[in-house]
Amino acid sequence: MNQLSERKYIIIGVFILVGLIYISRLFYIQVLDDSYKLDAQNQAFRYTTEFPIRGYIYDRNNKLLVYNEAAYDLMVLPKNVKNIDTMDLCSLLGITKEQFLKKMKKATQSPNSPRKESIFEKQLSPKDYASLQERLYSFPGFWVQSRTLRKYPKKIAAHMLGYIGEADKRITEKNPYYKEGDYLGISGIEKTYEKVLRGKKGMHIIMKDVNNRDMGSYMNGLYDTAAISGLPLTTTIDADLQEYAEQLMQNKIGSVVAIDPSTGEILAIVTSPTYDPNLFVGRARNKNFVELSLDSIGKPLFNRSTMASYPPGSTFKLIMALIGLNEGVLTPETRYPCARGYPPLGGRPKCHAHPSPQNLEGAIGTSCNSYFSFVFKSVIDDKKYHDTYKAYANWRDIATSFCLGTKTGSDLAHELRGNVPSINYYDKVFGKGSWKASTVISLGIGQAEMGITPLQNANLVAIIANKGWYYTPHIVKAINNNANDTILDRFKVKHYTKIKDTAIYNMVIAGMAKAVEGGTASALKIEGIPYCAKTGTAQNPHGKDHSVFVCFAPKDNPKIAIGILIENAGFGSTYAGPIARLMMEKYLKGKITRPDLEKRMLETDLIHKGKNEVKK
Amino acid sequence: MRSKSNNSIFHNIDWITVLTYLVLVLMGWLNIYAAVYNEEHHVITDISQKYGKQLIWISTSLLIALIILIIDENFYTAFAYFIFGAILLANITVPFLGREVKGSRSWFRFGDFGIQPAEFMKFAANLALAKFLSNQNIKIADYKNTFISLLIIGIPLIIIKVLQDETGLAIVFVAFIFTLYREGLSVNYLLLGFLAIILFVLALLINNLYLFIIIAALCTVAFLFVKRNRKNLFIIAAVGLIACSMVRGTSAVYEHMEDHQKVRIDVLLGRGTVDLKKEGYNVNQAKIAIGSGGFFGKGYLQGTQTKYDFVPEQDTDFIFCTVGEEWGFLGSSLVIILELFLIIRIIFMAERQRSPFSRIYGYGVASILFFHLTVNVGMTIGLAPVIGIPLPFFSYGGSSLWSFTILLFIFIKLDSHRLQILR
Repeated sequence: MNQLSERKYIIIGVFILVGLIYISRLFYIQVLDDSYKLDAQNQAFRYTTEFPIRGYIYDRNNKLLVYNEAAYDLMVLPKNVKNIDTMDLCSLLGITKEQFLKKMKKATQSPNSPRKESIFEKQLSPKDYASLQERLYSFPGFWVQSRTLRKYPKKIAAHMLGYIGEADKRITEKNPYYKEGDYLGISGIEKTYEKVLRGKKGMHIIMKDVNNRDMGSYMNGLYDTAAISGLPLTTTIDADLQEYAEQLMQNKIGSVVAIDPSTGEILAIVTSPTYDPNLFVGRARNKNFVELSLDSIGKPLFNRSTMASYPPGSTFKLIMALIGLNEGVLTPETRYPCARGYPPLGGRPKCHAHPSPQNLEGAIGTSCNSYFSFVFKSVIDDKKYHDTYKAYANWRDIATSFCLGTKTGSDLAHELRGNVPSINYYDKVFGKGSWKASTVISLGIGQAEMGITPLQNANLVAIIANKGWYYTPHIVKAINNNANDTILDRFKVKHYTKIKDTAIYNMVIAGMAKAVEGGTASALKIEGIPYCAKTGTAQNPHGKDHSVFVCFAPKDNPKIAIGILIENAGFGSTYAGPIARLMMEKYLKGKITRPDLEKRMLETDLIHKGKNEVKK
Repeated sequence: MRSKSNNSIFHNIDWITVLTYLVLVLMGWLNIYAAVYNEEHHVITDISQKYGKQLIWISTSLLIALIILIIDENFYTAFAYFIFGAILLANITVPFLGREVKGSRSWFRFGDFGIQPAEFMKFAANLALAKFLSNQNIKIADYKNTFISLLIIGIPLIIIKVLQDETGLAIVFVAFIFTLYREGLSVNYLLLGFLAIILFVLALLINNLYLFIIIAALCTVAFLFVKRNRKNLFIIAAVGLIACSMVRGTSAVYEHMEDHQKVRIDVLLGRGTVDLKKEGYNVNQAKIAIGSGGFFGKGYLQGTQTKYDFVPEQDTDFIFCTVGEEWGFLGSSLVIILELFLIIRIIFMAERQRSPFSRIYGYGVASILFFHLTVNVGMTIGLAPVIGIPLPFFSYGGSSLWSFTILLFIFIKLDSHRLQILR
């Protein structure tokens, strides 16, 4: 018998063992494994989102550029759709029965399901909404969720403002703040200032039971959050100037950027051809998007002002002059010959007919290719560096300090870096040690591999206007009417170039002033406002030269610096110059004294060839 | 003084057991309230709701407990077989005399209330088994006596399963194997049972041919390690053959099962693809409810999964989900510990009995409670197949609470007279 009573230990042992296994298992599923908690939340909670109002956008004078308009999405929960008059609903929505069935099918099938709410009809027109609203009670399972759509009263600055779109899977995976179908900024400042503009979504947790019935607010709303509206942005854009520039640029391919050099504020940034930003809103959006992307000549979706890389051409000669003067290999009185080209290399790069030899002022005025090839060679072959590569490195160093070959760091979305070729690059192309100044001579006139965006181009002018420094060009002046928002701090830092002597700049500025007084831009004077300019052409392999014009005004205490480029339009003074001139006058005087010039520019059509071609 | 306390029905009562019982019953009641919580009927005593009804069951249970304590302890030994016979008869007749409720034929209905005689078969069989095994002339090792013991267990099992189709209520009788083991049943039976379970699981998971090869290999290896005589060879061959026939039998048993039972086994073993919206729904929802409780739980009445009916049968068989969700790991392990504490306390008490009848009965109580605990909690956390049996003292239901109360308090009564001579 005693032996049998020993068996109690085995029995107790088995009981305790089972208890321990169960407690361990509980510890695993309750404490270690989080998946059940997520499952529970997904099942028992319905998260309803309160969408915040997206921030408005204003121009520098508080003119409204972007506001919101209410839109209504018709939502459906297929499980709850019962006994509805389908024909009635179809006629209210203006759809056919087939379309209705197709939409219902879509809402029922994966990834949707009968128990999951989804959008049945997107962005009802206010009229449809009004008539539907009264009858909604008779369509159980359907309800309306209000959303906001962007509206653009002025129809300008489409590329700069950018557009908003729906978050897709790629975005939601990267940033869990967004749920599929949420709106967010896709391009332009809608993208760069997304976090400021979007505000914060509100979240309400509604408990639901197994039959998907609402069981009230979870914990009496303890974990609910209210939506916080997005903040308004004040941009640096002058809406009037922007609109005017867009009008002048219509039917021309190119870009204009105007900057206030004293602040780095972008006054106007035009990409042409452009489009009405309202086209990207509402139900016609996809159709319009496709139409615009099919225009392969104008490429209206291509944001040239920050995304196109052009050879800087004549503009770069100004930098070349600055570097030459700074290195001491050039004085204002240095004269170089020109034989319709650069004589040492048998007339390459080519040049046009003009008096020769001439001094620096004359060379800037006539944009002499030979002259600046000489300057480039003297900089690269400068004996004080003993070594071509060291001299080249120094040249490149100074050139890039003018914000070339690097993003400006502006708050415009999607910027190209541009290009100032590196030593490594030429080593790869020509072989190490087997290239010299004459191999890459066309760098001196801003050609060869050099690339610059119109934004960098305008910034370059601003730097010369400021005589050696710049603020990072930017498009937003104030957030929520606060100009001191820390996000904007980086636009208040002065950046200096590697050339600091203002006297050097004065010599170049004098040349630019001469161009207006009695040079290539003399036909474009503005009464009472002496300004500085440089006309130019940029050779390019794709056809006729680009028409280039850079300028700033007034000469002293400049308030506006403009860089303009019109593709394949020829001489700078023909199209680019007049447009820049009109813009300066508009901005500084508020009125136009050359209606003839204005009319000519407005009517010029360089896209639709054969029509309205302006005679020289 | 002494004589007074001797006369008291509470004399020598094991208060620790009674207290544990009361705590469990009270916790069960609070959790039933939470499981079927209804804003419109928030008074816990509202008898239109299950928690109100449970209060009736609890008070009547206490009344029953009191009556059991009042009845002379010798009544249970004397009438053990009679009670067994009477309740067996009730179980046989219920499918014919009882009213069918929701397809179940195991209920006697009295107006609004129902009684399930199968619940009371447990204590009756326990009494009968104790009576039989406590007979001084009985040696369980005797095959004849083993057979009779198995009959006392098996007859109710078969009647309840076959006549009433209540698998859960029937399978509980397997628990008596612990009693028999304690009373001298050869350990081989337990090992054989254990082997059967393991082989059943393996046969469903692994290709049977491989299993035969493995068994043959194991037998060969075993034969190399024991003394090579005729007896050992015979034993190993017999075990091997039995094992193989168990494997063969598995598919026959499995195929013979009802579909929902097959599915429950498949869900437990993770065989094939389990559709969480259909056959896997119960267990998955139970796990979600318990798992989402975390360490501290969501708080009393704050459980969303149980309160909003995601978990089926949350007030009865799946009551443990409410505990797990609202009281978290702390609460649910406390419940397991309390139940186990009670069970082990009962074993401890059983071992201190002078009378074999009391001891055997005590083991029966512990075994039945343990079986219920293991299966009920096990199915909610995916460690046991879904079998509809209640969590002792916790689940909603009059019959089960009465049945457990009777089972336990007869033992408490017997224990209070433990110093008396052998019965």
